[in-house]
Amino acid sequence: MDDSYLDRLLSLFSEYDVPAAFWVNIQLTFYAAILSLVLGTVLAMMRISPVPSLRWAGSTYVTLLRNTPLTIIILFCVLALWGQLGIVLSTDFQRNFFLLAVLGLTVYHAAFVCEALRSGVNTVPVGQAEAARAIGLSFWPAARLIILPQAFRGAVAPLGNVLIALTKNSTVAAAGSVATEASSVMKTMIEFRPDVVVGIFFIFAMGFVVIVVPIGLATTALSRRLAVAR
Amino acid sequence: MRRRVGFAVVAAAATLALAACSGGGGDEPGSTGGGKPEKIRIGIKFDQPGLGFQDGSKYTGFDVDVARYVAKSLGYEEGDIEFIAAPSAQRETMLQNKQVDMIFATYSITDKRKETVSFAGPYFVAGQDLLVAADDSAITGPDTLEGKNLCSVTGSTSAQRIKDEYASGVNLVEQPGYAECVTALVAGSVDAVTTDDIILAGLAAIPANAGKVKVVGNPFSEERYGVGLPKDSDQCEPINEAITKMIDDGSWQKALDDNVGSTGYKPNADLNPPKPDACG
Repeated sequence: MDDSYLDRLLSLFSEYDVPAAFWVNIQLTFYAAILSLVLGTVLAMMRISPVPSLRWAGSTYVTLLRNTPLTIIILFCVLALWGQLGIVLSTDFQRNFFLLAVLGLTVYHAAFVCEALRSGVNTVPVGQAEAARAIGLSFWPAARLIILPQAFRGAVAPLGNVLIALTKNSTVAAAGSVATEASSVMKTMIEFRPDVVVGIFFIFAMGFVVIVVPIGLATTALSRRLAVAR
Repeated sequence: MRRRVGFAVVAAAATLALAACSGGGGDEPGSTGGGKPEKIRIGIKFDQPGLGFQDGSKYTGFDVDVARYVAKSLGYEEGDIEFIAAPSAQRETMLQNKQVDMIFATYSITDKRKETVSFAGPYFVAGQDLLVAADDSAITGPDTLEGKNLCSVTGSTSAQRIKDEYASGVNLVEQPGYAECVTALVAGSVDAVTTDDIILAGLAAIPANAGKVKVVGNPFSEERYGVGLPKDSDQCEPINEAITKMIDDGSWQKALDDNVGSTGYKPNADLNPPKPDACG
């Protein structure tokens, strides 16, 4: 092993499939982002609805899930849902863990999506809601036609923050037996290639920078373009 | 927009600079080389029952007992030993940065690791084995795992080795720690847990698992546990002498019996007790 540090570092790429590892994280992020956006929107609607029990349920969900560590939620999905209750989301053994991890990421980040959307709702002047009521719209049509479209446009930047957090949190899926994702592969690489530990760390740090920075730039640009001029 | 990109680059550079800083703890007191320091800092596992385990303010386990014996032979009193947690992924870095003087933490001697650190010992030869439910007689070795669920820890390839070499139809479950694996085993959602036999024996020995799980006792690899040392260390010879003395005067066997003997576990007798390698 007289090769230079760079040669040894490059040999990692033939030993381990680093892009495939990141691809797993991107897939986890993609599915969890869509599902948590849906669930988070429902929760936000519940929290601003005129029905007290729905408001209570929404805020309880957010308080509980937002304050539970993600690792515990993912471990719960595997050890409790699969391990104890025998809930199987896919007949493919490894796919099952992937879907359980998506489930864990979704329920956790939905709480943050809900709060981001609520901050978007707060950007809509109260006069808009009053005007909607004045022309005879009830809660649901007013929310769907007047409030939510403006709220989404005002919430692009905080939603982008949630998406960035979700991207990085997707590595917690390692706790849920998704062994092909980036942080698991990094652990394996560190275990067997201690000669280039700093290099391995650098590769994965840069990998996430490459994924996350464009998300930040895109959401910032979008939030400027979509902001409602008032 | 351009200012924004510039800012991202600065932020990335700052992150790297910070990461570089944390690597430079070179000349702390107690690094080997100079005169004999007052205290000795020994890296052990804190979370591996039977080997290196933190129990309140006490440390127990086979690795810990060997470390204590070796430290005593090197002239350190019990109170001079400072135990420091040495998780698997950080062992080389901790030695390189001289954050610890030596490591006793289920540390297998491999050629790759020898490029960055030195080893004394081995003081024990473990082998990969399986932990199964106490009433399971169907699993007798790695080739009987076809169609079974097998648990191991993220970042270890012991389970992958079984899939590649013994049973291609095995289902792999990866958990953050062995405690989670044993939980799943006791719950019945996995059929076996795999890693080094002495680690499994340590898990089987903790009171909560007593009588529920057992080590199969059919080791199929050779893991030679050494004492991790910084590359330039001069401590290898005296440590090897201490290990040889420990084996000869019976303390080695006693430490093994005290920590993992209660489960009926017997280490591979052909390879244990080992004879330390020549220092190089």
